[in-house]
Amino acid sequence: MPTVTVLHFGILRETRGTAHEVVEVAEGTRLVDLHAQLFGKGATLPVAMARNAERVAPETVVADGDEVVFLPPVGGG
Amino acid sequence: MIALVDAPIDPAALREAVRRDHHGCVVVFEGVTRNTFEGREVLRLSYEAYAPLAIADLEAIRDEAEARWPGVVVAMVHRLGVVDVGEASVVIAVGAPHRPEGYEASRFCLEALKARVPIWKQEIYADGSAWKANAPGSDGDDRDV
Repeated sequence: MPTVTVLHFGILRETRGTAHEVVEVAEGTRLVDLHAQLFGKGATLPVAMARNAERVAPETVVADGDEVVFLPPVGGG
Repeated sequence: MIALVDAPIDPAALREAVRRDHHGCVVVFEGVTRNTFEGREVLRLSYEAYAPLAIADLEAIRDEAEARWPGVVVAMVHRLGVVDVGEASVVIAVGAPHRPEGYEASRFCLEALKARVPIWKQEIYADGSAWKANAPGSDGDDRDV
């Protein structure tokens, strides 16, 4: 099964209790599916999702070795 | 100059980075840590970023501003980690041929940064802490995540 590295920031890092984790996913898993796998079905969706440091659509299928980030609402400035 | 740094930001370095002989002004904006939020005493802020995407976003914002206002040169530095009250969390310097585009480009860069760059802020109070998100639009107060 493919494995992906998920980096967590801000409130989502606190929710998961870790800054990064390696997750096994089924073939064909989309980012939105991975989000549900980690945070639960019906969890508030992030404002954006990134794969390998680029924003991509939630329906994007993840591949083995990908780096994934679910971006909570930003607070820079 | 686009950077994320762990140490205090030197505004003079940004000013020098953007100044050109065709410029009639340099606008230097500093966002600083305020000591209260909704009546609660804020001791300090802590910032973190998804650096690869944050840098790419800041570069894209700079490029957009420099394309929109010809002759303008932009530098942006955001601090990460703990920022004490009164210290700058972000400095934006804009060198411009004239002040209208200097002010406009400065405002544009800050608002774009606050709207989308993946940087997160935690407010630390005497009695706890909270993650804060920027309100949509330019004048709203921060809100809880």
